[in-house]
Order: sequence, then structure tokens, then C-alpha cells
Amino acid sequence: MSISPTQSELYPSGQVSRNAAGSTFAEVDDSHRIIPAIEFRDVVLAFDERVVLNKLSFKVLKGETKIILGGSGGGKSTIIKLVLGLLKPDEGRILVDGEDITDYNEVQMMTVRKKIGMVFQEGALFDSLSVYDNVAYRLHEQGRPEDEVEPEVRRMLRFVNLEDAIDKMPAELSGGMRRRVGIARALIGDPKIVLFDEPTAGLDPPTARTICELAMKLRDLEDVSSIFVTHEMNNLEYLCSEYAVVNEEGQVVFEREGERLCLTNSKVMMMKDGKIIFSGTDETLRKAEDPYIQRFLRGH
Amino acid sequence: MNFVTRSIFELQETTLMTARAVAGLFRGPRYISETITQMDVIGVGSLTIILLTGFFTGGVMTLQTFPTLAFYGQGAQTGKLVAISLIRELGPVLCALMVCGRVGSAIAAELGSMTASQQIDAMRALGTDPIKKLVAPRLIALIVTLPLLTVVADVVGIGGGGIAATSLYGLSINAFVTSVRDGITADDIIGGVIKPVCFAVIIASVACYKGLTTEGGTVGVGRSTTRAVVTASIVVIIADFFLARALQYLLGMPTN
Repeated sequence: MSISPTQSELYPSGQVSRNAAGSTFAEVDDSHRIIPAIEFRDVVLAFDERVVLNKLSFKVLKGETKIILGGSGGGKSTIIKLVLGLLKPDEGRILVDGEDITDYNEVQMMTVRKKIGMVFQEGALFDSLSVYDNVAYRLHEQGRPEDEVEPEVRRMLRFVNLEDAIDKMPAELSGGMRRRVGIARALIGDPKIVLFDEPTAGLDPPTARTICELAMKLRDLEDVSSIFVTHEMNNLEYLCSEYAVVNEEGQVVFEREGERLCLTNSKVMMMKDGKIIFSGTDETLRKAEDPYIQRFLRGH
Repeated sequence: MNFVTRSIFELQETTLMTARAVAGLFRGPRYISETITQMDVIGVGSLTIILLTGFFTGGVMTLQTFPTLAFYGQGAQTGKLVAISLIRELGPVLCALMVCGRVGSAIAAELGSMTASQQIDAMRALGTDPIKKLVAPRLIALIVTLPLLTVVADVVGIGGGGIAATSLYGLSINAFVTSVRDGITADDIIGGVIKPVCFAVIIASVACYKGLTTEGGTVGVGRSTTRAVVTASIVVIIADFFLARALQYLLGMPTN
């Protein structure tokens, strides 16, 4: 990921750095990419008698966005909590960046969590802290001096187009703004992995589109691996059919798949009752004959 | 889980959480500014209700006991009775109950809201241990401020008792003060400070545990707050009995 100060500079109006722009086209050393960013091996989790995840196995490769679809209560958000170590599986192994975190205690998990950014459904901003302090939270906890913290916070707020809201309190923000501040807060620690837990739920379509564009920018320009939990089909449409590139003026633009020979680095996984009922691309998902998938895609 | 099993489980979890909070004090990061903020919120913020509670409790004790003592010709001993009652029992227990109502409910509601809105999960996701960041500062703040508030309540209560004795019953202030000085011992004062330390641990532990284990959204926050106040108040009163007995042995106070 190239969002550290030494790697990239983010500019207003959706611009990104030349380094980030270069990363879209430049040749990269792929040797480290063999190790998946996230891997689940036969993970089982039950709350009392109710099995939430049943022998779940999947991988999220480096730079890939894994879109997890499914109805409410299907175990989607549970996957994210397991990656973060907020829950522990009853069986199976969970690997983050090749590291088996299954048996890690809370202190060990703190180190793993530094690699991961998390965007919560409602933003989960700290009510008592301003936007600045929310975004700076991780850096303040690390004891970083204020003269290092402020430029980082401003850069991240520019990335989500919210620099003007830096002094506001969370209560003064709209739902979409809260999500975007949540994204800025998730990205501030330079994480290699970002987890989105239904980040567009309850938002109007243009704001939902903005959130998806941020996820696409992270995927295509910053090489971030991510899990994007959603049950909204327009999210799937955006993330699977468009990609972010930097044009000759240094502006980020979104092109549809097919305009150039380029495939979006997104994979889809659908869950039902704690099991994976589909895994593949959006094209194969749309051709799937499973009645549940078809009903889910049609919306009725 | 039946009531007994659930109670034992909650006792175990609350104890473990408190032990983790105490253990966390010995390794960084330390949240000193949060602790000072909590001391301000808990200590300074509770001062008004403690002053009022202490003053009128002392006053009403004089009101209720002076006529009986005067009947036996011991009206001058009112100060002794008021002071011992306040310092040994009423000061610590009433202070704890008042702080439990005001601060315990606030802690449970705040942490409960944070849990319901995923702020606790966000904190953990951002690499912060909520027990170190939220529980430990509140625990320390209560341990420091509750004994101080109790001492304030004791002093103000004795003052209230003195004012009632002089203004309503014509007892001289010198006789009242002499009676207080003759009545209380160092052991009474030590016991009166040990108790609030124990009550502070009970209030902080119960309120934080109930807040952090909130389930069920805003309704759950209300439920956690009620349970925190009720549980902590009952545990304080039960603990008071056993502490009183233990202090009688430890400080060599008369047991019969």
C-alpha cells in the first residue's frame, strides 16, 4: 500500500501522487504476493447451539477486494470480527498476511491489528472526540508527536474529501460523512488490509457511490487487500465493473471494465447460513442457477 | 443459565476484568490524562450531592438522637454518637450509594452506548485495549476520590450535627466538639477510609462490566445502567457488613 508519507502524497480534488499513479501501470515484484492477505481454513464458529460459520475456507489475495454478499444473519460481519480477533473460532485456522493468528491473545492481536484498517457499518466514531482526534486516534495512541500527526490527518481527510470538517464533532456530521471519516480513520495507520462492514448501508445512492469509489481507489491505486461486506447490489456493480486510474492530468478517473483491456481485481463470495454458496467473479455469479442467488440478485 | 450460575459467572468475569485493569497499570501505555479527567468528573462532580447528603444526615442524626440522650442526661454525648455513626458507617455507605447512583449509572451508560455503537470494537480494531483505556482510569479515579468524598461527608455531617445541636437544642458548640474529639479514635478513621476504597472497587468493576457487556442496542443500555446501579448498591451494602466485621478484628475494635 502506498499511502505512507514517503510513498505518496494525496492531493485535493481526488488527485493522487505520481508514485501512486505509477503503481497502476508499473511492473511489480510479485514474489511476496503468493502469500494471501487473509486466509480462512475450515473455520467453525457457533454461539451456543447456533452455528454461525460452518467449515468456512477462502483466501483474499494481495491487492484483491473480496466482496462478501448475503442476507442478514448469514455470518458476513462475523468473518470481519474473526479477522480482527474480536471473536475466536471454535475450529479451524485464520491467517493474516501468512501469520496464523488463531491462538493469539489480546496483546499479540494488537500488533496484527496495526496492519488492518476497519470501516464500521455506522462509522463507529468516538462521540467525545472531534473529527481530527478520531482520525488521529491511532497515531495519538502510538505517541506520535503532533507535528507529525496533523499532516497525516489532513492528508487522509483530503483523500475522503472532508478536510473542511476537521474541527467538527461526529454529531454534526451526516451519515455519509461519518462513514468517510471512518474510512480516513481506518487508513491512517498505513494498513495493508482494509475491512469494510456494510459501509454503504442506509446511505443515498450518490454517497454510496462515493464510498465505493474510495474502495476502488484503495484497490487500484494503493494495492490494498480488502473484504467488502455488503448486501447492496449496486456496490457489487461498481466494484466489479469499474476501476480507478490516474489520467494524464494526475486526476483519478473511474473507467468501466472493457474500455481498456483490464480486469478489476474483485472477487465475489456469497454466504447463506454460515456456508459459502458461491465464490467467483460477478459474471459467474449472475449466471448461477441457485434459486437463493437468483432471488438475491433480482431483489425479490 | 440459571440465576446462581449466571451470578457466579458474572462475578468471575468482573473479577478477571478488574484484575486485568490492575495488571495493565504496570505496563504502558498509561492513560494519566484520562484518569485525571475521570477524577474531576467523579470527584469534583459528586461534591455537591456529597455535601448535601453529609450535612443533612448529620443534622437528622442529632435531631433523632438528642432527645433520647437528653432523657438519660447524656445530651452532651450527641457529638460522639453522630461522629462515630458517620465515620464508621453512614459516611462510607451513604457516599458509596450516592456515588453509585450518580457515577455508576453514568459509567454503565457511557460504556454501554459505546458498546452498542461499536465504538469499543473500533477501539480494539485500532489497537487499544478498552480495559486499559476505559476501565483502569475509572477504577483508579474512584479509588482515589471516593475516600476523599467520604472524609468530606464525615466532616460536613459532623458540622451539620453540630449546627442542629446548637441551634435546635441549645447545646454549646464546645460541648459538641469535645464530645466528638473524645468519641472518635484513629481506628475509626482508618476503618472509615478502608471501606470506601473497597466500595470504589465494587462500583467501578460492576459499572464497567455491565457497560462493556451491553447487548441489545439502546434498550440494552438502559437495562445495563439499571442493573449496574442495583447490583453495585446491593453488593456495597452486603460488603459493608463483612467489612465491618473484618475491621473489628483487624483494628481490634470491640466486638461485643
